[in-house]
Amino acid sequence: MNLFDFLLVPSNWTESDGILDLLVQHLFYTALSVLLAAVIAIPLGILIGHTGRGSFLVIGTSNAARAIPSLGLLVLVVLLLGTGVFPIILVLAVLAIPPILTATAAGVQGADPEAVHAARALGMTGGQIVRQVEWPLALPLVISGLRSATLQVVATATVAAFAAGGGLGRLLISGQRTNNYSEMFAGAVLVALLAIVLDIVLGGIGWLAGRRARPKSKMTIEPVPVHT
Amino acid sequence: MIEWFKSHSLDWEWLSRNAGMIGGLTLEHAILSVVPVLVAFVVSIPLGYLVFRTGRAANSLLAVFGVIYSIPSLALFVVMPAFLGTKILSPINIAVALAVYSIALLVRSVVDGLRSVPADVKQSASAVGYGGFRRFMTVELPLAMPVVFAGLRVVTVSNIALVSVGVLIGLGSLGQLFDTGFNRNFFTPIIVGLVLTVLLALIADAIILLIQRGALPWARGRRVA
Repeated sequence: MNLFDFLLVPSNWTESDGILDLLVQHLFYTALSVLLAAVIAIPLGILIGHTGRGSFLVIGTSNAARAIPSLGLLVLVVLLLGTGVFPIILVLAVLAIPPILTATAAGVQGADPEAVHAARALGMTGGQIVRQVEWPLALPLVISGLRSATLQVVATATVAAFAAGGGLGRLLISGQRTNNYSEMFAGAVLVALLAIVLDIVLGGIGWLAGRRARPKSKMTIEPVPVHT
Repeated sequence: MIEWFKSHSLDWEWLSRNAGMIGGLTLEHAILSVVPVLVAFVVSIPLGYLVFRTGRAANSLLAVFGVIYSIPSLALFVVMPAFLGTKILSPINIAVALAVYSIALLVRSVVDGLRSVPADVKQSASAVGYGGFRRFMTVELPLAMPVVFAGLRVVTVSNIALVSVGVLIGLGSLGQLFDTGFNRNFFTPIIVGLVLTVLLALIADAIILLIQRGALPWARGRRVA
């Protein structure tokens, strides 16, 4: 049996619930949950970074999140709320919050204090400082947080197929059940490629944002990515 | 309502009946996640040093390690047999995949650590007559270690969380409990699996922290994220 057998059959791509459908589903899960997480984590991160209060909360959640087995959380939530898209998106979003929150808080808090003091001396209000000084300076770090969150979600969305979710993980699960290694291999390769492509794209966006924020700075700080 | 609580509370009887099995899975889980870290630690120091020594190319090399780290674990577990020639159900797949992740992250920590050693310290060591190897072993490496240990803690904790995913390709570990719970619509094993995994991660993290305190007294009081 050839490893690439499954990938080379055109109908495997185009049929309903074929590779293309699953890919779209995977991207849909990823985009929706990262968006949902960002809507919660970015404002909260700005608040924590700006006021300097609640940093312990940020460090605590990001450390704890790393220790939680995503499969266990997924199975638990699916048993509680039932199968379907909603419980899966919920779990994925919950797992995506810590990296975005940590990065946003760190970025805002780490914004060049001289720039912040200068802004305050110019008479800017708190809101103006956040919008015009801290946020632009924090943006590269926020994007790197979104990048870690996206990778985390792409990986966990794969596992979601086990709990009756869709996405590319389905190829892994159904391949395992039918003892078809070339189908499993196809799923694995596609998921890996998807993760790598998204990583490179978001890395590129972060790099551009970094150049805009601090044209001459050579330093880039990256939070350690969380992994599933 | 009462039914709901009955089916959602812990079944202690099941727990005590299966204590032996749960203990076995925990041990398997611990071995499967910690051994790759130890291997990775030994491999990453020379590898990280080599990457560090390449100077300008180091960042590109680190980017390659970053790409490896971005591959989802389940995908890496599944492609392993194609590279290693192992059976799909062999625990070797998971161990090697976790070692690969750990190396990918630790090499970065080693390089970051070596970069954090101040140039004047290195020059002083050379000035008092330390050769390259002796300077590396007795000055640079010890000073880089706090950063390496920070990486070690991240890798260990995330490995412990990751091993469970292996159950999807039919391998043991505490992930088995999630499988059992899901298939039988039974909460107890899932809760037990979650609690034990997090507990294992906390214990491992505390052990590394203690080793760090003992082995690197100069790092005390210096915070490394």
